[in-house]
Amino acid sequence: MANLKTSEKKTKAQSMGLHSEVLTGKTQQKFFNPDEAENFFYWGAYDVDFNKRTDLDVKDMDCKEANRNIDELMSQGYGTIVIKNPQGKHSLGVGILNKLNLIFEGSLGYFGVGSIDGPMVRVNGRVGWSCAENMMAGKVVIEKNAGSCFGAAIRGGDLICKGMVGARTGIDQKGGTIIVGGDAGAFTGFMMQRGRIIILGDVGINLGDSMYDGTIYVGGKIGSFGSDAVESPMTKSDIDWLKRKLKVAELGENFDVSKMTKVVSGKKLWNYDALEPTEKKGAI
Amino acid sequence: MCGIAGLIHRGKSSNVGSELQHMLQALKHRGPDSTGYALYAENDGQNFIMRFKVGENVGEGSTSVNEDASVYDKRKKLVDNMLTELGAKVLKEDRLTPYSFRYEMQFNNDLMEFSKKIESIESVEILSIGKSLELIKDLGDAETVSERYGLGNVKGTHAIGHARMATESGVDIKSAHPFWGYPFSDVSVVHNGQLTNYWNNRRLLENKGMRFMSECDSELIAVYLAEKMRNGATLEEGMKDSLAGLDGVFTYFVATKDSLGMAKDTMAAKPLVLYESDDLVAMGSEEIAIRSILPQEIDTYDPFDGEVKVWQI
Repeated sequence: MANLKTSEKKTKAQSMGLHSEVLTGKTQQKFFNPDEAENFFYWGAYDVDFNKRTDLDVKDMDCKEANRNIDELMSQGYGTIVIKNPQGKHSLGVGILNKLNLIFEGSLGYFGVGSIDGPMVRVNGRVGWSCAENMMAGKVVIEKNAGSCFGAAIRGGDLICKGMVGARTGIDQKGGTIIVGGDAGAFTGFMMQRGRIIILGDVGINLGDSMYDGTIYVGGKIGSFGSDAVESPMTKSDIDWLKRKLKVAELGENFDVSKMTKVVSGKKLWNYDALEPTEKKGAI
Repeated sequence: MCGIAGLIHRGKSSNVGSELQHMLQALKHRGPDSTGYALYAENDGQNFIMRFKVGENVGEGSTSVNEDASVYDKRKKLVDNMLTELGAKVLKEDRLTPYSFRYEMQFNNDLMEFSKKIESIESVEILSIGKSLELIKDLGDAETVSERYGLGNVKGTHAIGHARMATESGVDIKSAHPFWGYPFSDVSVVHNGQLTNYWNNRRLLENKGMRFMSECDSELIAVYLAEKMRNGATLEEGMKDSLAGLDGVFTYFVATKDSLGMAKDTMAAKPLVLYESDDLVAMGSEEIAIRSILPQEIDTYDPFDGEVKVWQI
């Protein structure tokens, strides 16, 4: 765990006289320093060993109890946890900000593995609505089908469903990659802002509706394009990237990615500028 | 929010009362106000079963006006007199609560006229008429309603049910689901969602002679389908037509004496998880409803937007 110490260096804001209070006790601020390796882990993250493996039967637990048990096992150093009998329960495996191998032997309900940052998750079953919502990093693999809002608002990581997914996959997506082996429903990529979605099967109506940015690749038929979603030519770098990504996802072994349809934002819906966020900061 | 569940056994009967109770109880968090069952039971198929109520449940958070229980007996007597006048022969009668009844009867004339006459009696509402449909709804969760009406041992082929969170109308039995597809025998509907063109459609349908008993938007689906079927459409045709005719967000189930159907709006805004095998179809707003009767690992999926499916027993 990070060691809380009062920073003796004056920050830029303090040296400019913008604030003068002295922080003490629990109100101490800690400023990010990339030279300190500990800054790349969350405070309270556990040092786990992937070779230390255990099973957790959640049949008679509610989601809070199950999640507390996962946390407790991580605190004991278990780096590989196999969850038995999830039986479609909601909100299992949420909020894990740790490196971890998490395996579910069965299906999850709503909000499964939401708000995670770092774990490698495999679900040997199906997931309900809003799987991996707000995921920051890590890899999640669903062996069967997924419900609607798959990967809603994810910021990073790889989210893979080997079956088919419901409506609004990647809604509000802000980064990362969503890969679907089967078909996807309506409003795929709805209001997505960044990141990539790969659908090997067909997609429903209103694909990429109101997308700000990001890229959607579709292998099958498209029900219809949403507002401001337009087709764009495939480039060699698209094809190379798709091949690499599908190989990692263990999907589409003989799939001809060059024939996929690439969909991007037409950027006409609002006063859109092409600046990257970092460039925007500089301009401000 | 509301939770809906349904199941159909193909080629055999099962304990659908108990199965649906488990499914709806698993969805209690989606709707704690009232629970309704439409069970297609193993009756002899010769006589009509009429479920009706002569008042409201005024306890358990009800929004209904309190009444003296003595009015229930007066209204029941009026119903009995009306049945005699209409030529219906009551073979068996059960009083399940002070305000709700189950009559087994013989009747051979027009059900629409029959229903109009019965419902012209103050505060009397027919919940269902059918030769296999048993429609039960009341305030409370699935276990409470099942226990109150003795549904745990009801055997049958298929069933649909609803756990209601009241958003569009009051907490009372008349607004609870399922809704009977008046005036068709053995037709029932449950719905999760909101319909935004309720009043436009209601006015149109009332002008065509259809009746509404509540101000619950979901009742529109039952009446809408009934009107389509009255004009010769099949159930599936009526359901497909409803995707364009009904505005809003919805997933609904409809059941007849030998079939079960589902429809999902074109926005796919309301959830539905479906399990389908050769001998059983089970579906619900959440997977935990299906898991409550099928705990083993199974393959389920979300139907897509604008999807309509109908299964036969």
